[in-house]
Amino acid sequence: MSNEKELRQIYAEILLDLAEGDERIVVLEADLMKATGTTSFKERFPDRFIDVGVAEANMIGISAGLAVTGKIPFAHSFTPFATRRVLDQIAISIAYAKLNAKIGGTDPGVTAELNGGTHMSVEDAGLIRSIPNMIVVEPADGTQLRSLLPQIATVDSPVYMRLARKSNDRYFPDGTEFELGKIYEILPGTDVTLICSGIMIKNTLVAAQILEKEGIHARVLNMHTLKPVDWETIVKAAEETGAIVTAENHSIINGWGSAVSEVLAEHCPVPLERIGIKDHFGEVGLTDFLLKKYQMTSDDIVLAAKKVLKRKG
Amino acid sequence: MLNQTELKELEKKANEIRCLTIEQIGKLGVGHIGGSLSIIEALVALYYRTMQVKSEDPKWGDRDHFVLSKGHGGPALYSVLADKGFFPKSWTDTLNQPNTNLPSHCDRLRTPGIDMTAGSLGQGLSAAIGIALGKKIDKKPSRVYCIIGDGESQEGQIWEAAMFASSKKINNLTVMQDYNRMQIDGTTDEINSLEPLSDKWKAFGWNVFSIDGHDFNQICDALDQSKLSKEKPTMIILNTIKGKGAYFAENQISCHNMKVSSEEWKKAVAQLKEAGV
Repeated sequence: MSNEKELRQIYAEILLDLAEGDERIVVLEADLMKATGTTSFKERFPDRFIDVGVAEANMIGISAGLAVTGKIPFAHSFTPFATRRVLDQIAISIAYAKLNAKIGGTDPGVTAELNGGTHMSVEDAGLIRSIPNMIVVEPADGTQLRSLLPQIATVDSPVYMRLARKSNDRYFPDGTEFELGKIYEILPGTDVTLICSGIMIKNTLVAAQILEKEGIHARVLNMHTLKPVDWETIVKAAEETGAIVTAENHSIINGWGSAVSEVLAEHCPVPLERIGIKDHFGEVGLTDFLLKKYQMTSDDIVLAAKKVLKRKG
Repeated sequence: MLNQTELKELEKKANEIRCLTIEQIGKLGVGHIGGSLSIIEALVALYYRTMQVKSEDPKWGDRDHFVLSKGHGGPALYSVLADKGFFPKSWTDTLNQPNTNLPSHCDRLRTPGIDMTAGSLGQGLSAAIGIALGKKIDKKPSRVYCIIGDGESQEGQIWEAAMFASSKKINNLTVMQDYNRMQIDGTTDEINSLEPLSDKWKAFGWNVFSIDGHDFNQICDALDQSKLSKEKPTMIILNTIKGKGAYFAENQISCHNMKVSSEEWKKAVAQLKEAGV
């Protein structure tokens, strides 16, 4: 987990690279250019950069119109304002109209930190997952973003991605390839499966190490794509390990834990515990403080793993 | 000013389109007849005089685009598109029927010639601006036309879009506002007044016309002038009559989405045909 650049810087670099080769790419901001890190895009492609000001609904509608003309718009804001605030605009102008627009939300869940509860989306991915035609993805580090962002740009579908823009944690070695829509196995294991996404990869991997010391071999899966759900990999994990823990930086309602539980209930019911934000709003606090307060630490994941193991019998 | 021949032709076409729209909704027995009939002249001026489109190639890249932001006016637009040959006229008998290509509100995926999906009010103007920006990026000389409703303009997103379009000098955009002064629950003045409407758009930095929305001379003149706007987007406020031309609907609050009997639509069409132009 060596440090590197912040995720937003890597995001902007990749987007610039993609835009050099694809003149259809247009970037939209709602007064958060500096937060998203797209200042470099504005400087390089001023004609393909649109800052609408603090008017997210208009930004989503303009993205739809740009997509009508064949552009590939990337529209950004903080996660609550990129989703909850503009849910109907995304549902109708983008998804129902099946327009190829990409929506980026930054600072998901507890990573909104000192902006606090107003800016701390616990439901963004779940809201968008409920809308037909949408793909929902959470690239966790620079390596994963380098692999997934070109796929996000290329796929002829509207996409919502959530990015912990300030994170410089690194989970994957350079050059690791990921496939949009396919779960990535970080660690093999046979006793229990830990399914995680985004910043929760970190605590999940620590939890897996603690479990390993106790002789429990945990499989760790990174479910970077929430929708479409890679149900085959989840079912396989359920069949082979018989117990599952999900860990997400999101409400346990309608997010990763819910998606996994839906698959399990229909295809292979096994004991499940969900680590995440347990149906409450956020508040000000640094990430580590909030993860501890909301029982989302590696110790909490270990406890959850032991619970499902016990239930598995 | 239009010459007499041109004016007569447009008026004749509007009469035909109005009849087809009443028949379309009448055969179904219910529909958004009021807001469809108030925009007939605007649509006829756009599609038979102003806009460059190709019915044989609806996705032609250099076309002028049109967004009917008040998506419930779909039946009027379908009448125009059918008449222009975008799809067979027989489709108009399928309005709102199961598996139809002509749903109550415009859907770009179902209907040839529909550039943007609309129906959730307040969103189409932003999309029209996006299309206009796309054209500017590609340096295309074609334009975007959009019709918004008056009740629709109570949505905040309309004013987000209004502010942005003038700020960014989106001069390749002409928006028409169907100001029939009625909405579902009453008159716009009673419910949530838009006045002073012209002043609002002027204050937002638009090139504003306020005209009789059923007068082709005024509509065409405003449309022609809008093309000359160097910097500002254009707003043409169409002062219209909701339900215009259908005796059972005209100027009635209830005509937003009303039941229409077989006798009513047939009599209305007969009256219009007899009146001719």
